[in-house]
Amino acid sequence: MLRTLRVAIYRDLLLAMRRPADVLTALAFFVIVVSLFPLGVGPEPQLLRTIAPGVIWVSALLASMLSLPRMFAADHADGTLEQMLLSAAPLGGIVVAKVIAHWLVSGLPLVLMSPVLALQYDVEAHSLAALPLTLLLGTPTLGFIGAIGAALTLGLRSSGVLLSLLVLPLYVPVLILGAGAVDMVAAGMSAQGHYLLIAALLVLSAAFAPWAAAAALRISAE
Amino acid sequence: MLELREVTCIRGERTLFSDLSFSIEGSTVLRVGGANGTGKTSLLRIICGLMLPAHGEVHWQGESIRTVREEYWKDLVYVGHLNAVKDDLTAAENLGIGAALAGRSADSAEVFAALDMFGIAQCAPLPARVLSQGQRRRVALARVVTCKASPLWVLDEPFTALDAAAVELMRQLIEAHVNAGGSAILTTHQEVPLTVPVQRRVDLGTC
Repeated sequence: MLRTLRVAIYRDLLLAMRRPADVLTALAFFVIVVSLFPLGVGPEPQLLRTIAPGVIWVSALLASMLSLPRMFAADHADGTLEQMLLSAAPLGGIVVAKVIAHWLVSGLPLVLMSPVLALQYDVEAHSLAALPLTLLLGTPTLGFIGAIGAALTLGLRSSGVLLSLLVLPLYVPVLILGAGAVDMVAAGMSAQGHYLLIAALLVLSAAFAPWAAAAALRISAE
Repeated sequence: MLELREVTCIRGERTLFSDLSFSIEGSTVLRVGGANGTGKTSLLRIICGLMLPAHGEVHWQGESIRTVREEYWKDLVYVGHLNAVKDDLTAAENLGIGAALAGRSADSAEVFAALDMFGIAQCAPLPARVLSQGQRRRVALARVVTCKASPLWVLDEPFTALDAAAVELMRQLIEAHVNAGGSAILTTHQEVPLTVPVQRRVDLGTC
């Protein structure tokens, strides 16, 4: 089982490396959106500082949603998914591996880039540290929740719109808590409660989403 | 071993086949015949557990495949219409990673031997993108060699896109597998003669 998990992660990373354009699209989107706001809003430091956490979090959320349909679509198209469904290893485990690999290529870069991009908003040093921390806790949750949506909308024609409708309401708590935590830190308060709640959402989604996504994949593959 | 009990398949509004029952023991080849659109692929997908029948059940070793699940899939190799070959992976990676994802293990020597058997050893380091349709089919079929231990082979049109030599090889592989006690279920429009102890036929569209 662990071996299957490891191979599945390795496989998805290998595929992402051989086709970097897919991954880079979402990252470029994130950089562009975050960088355009200061240009559009104007160079008012206080305003920029206020909107920074929200803008960066919303951009990260949209960027991770942009890459969601890719999670299972290619495997579905070439028949690899059928073979995964017939695997002697539990499908939930394979889904976990796919979410982890997906996060490594499309979530982790967002986390790492966020402090650099936040510099454009003249964010103070202590909230500069809080931002990647909230994203580190929050983006995997987006991946786990997104996996359910991606699995449910697999093979549908207008899957993009439907996927956003399904997934966005579930993303909202993560967004509120994530951006809220950075706001708290910026205001000089402790964001402990927010961190714990985001972590709780992560644990919850990691525990249940793989099985839900696995069930959805079996339905979509019929 | 494998038993279908009154299986009915409905796609959309159309009933493809209803109350289909049969069972096969070891050392058996079952050919699924019928014209295009009579539900051959659907039947194979139901047998694999990829699709749920509208009514009826599929049993493996006396237990419903819906309860044994992974235990059943350990015993099953399915080669479908889609080759399950990733364009960006090499032929060898496709086979090795495919086996690992299926919960089996195939080391590089086994993978190479399987590719060699299908005459595509020289393609092992090439990305599947550059392979021809027939070569990709060979990579997909080479999976049955790395999963030799599985007693039930379910092959959907195994002989399409293959040249005469590969058809002959596939024929020998199926014969060897069945003569060693395994069973194979296949759909084919080509009448490839097989010398095996028990050979049965289900024709869809007539039942």
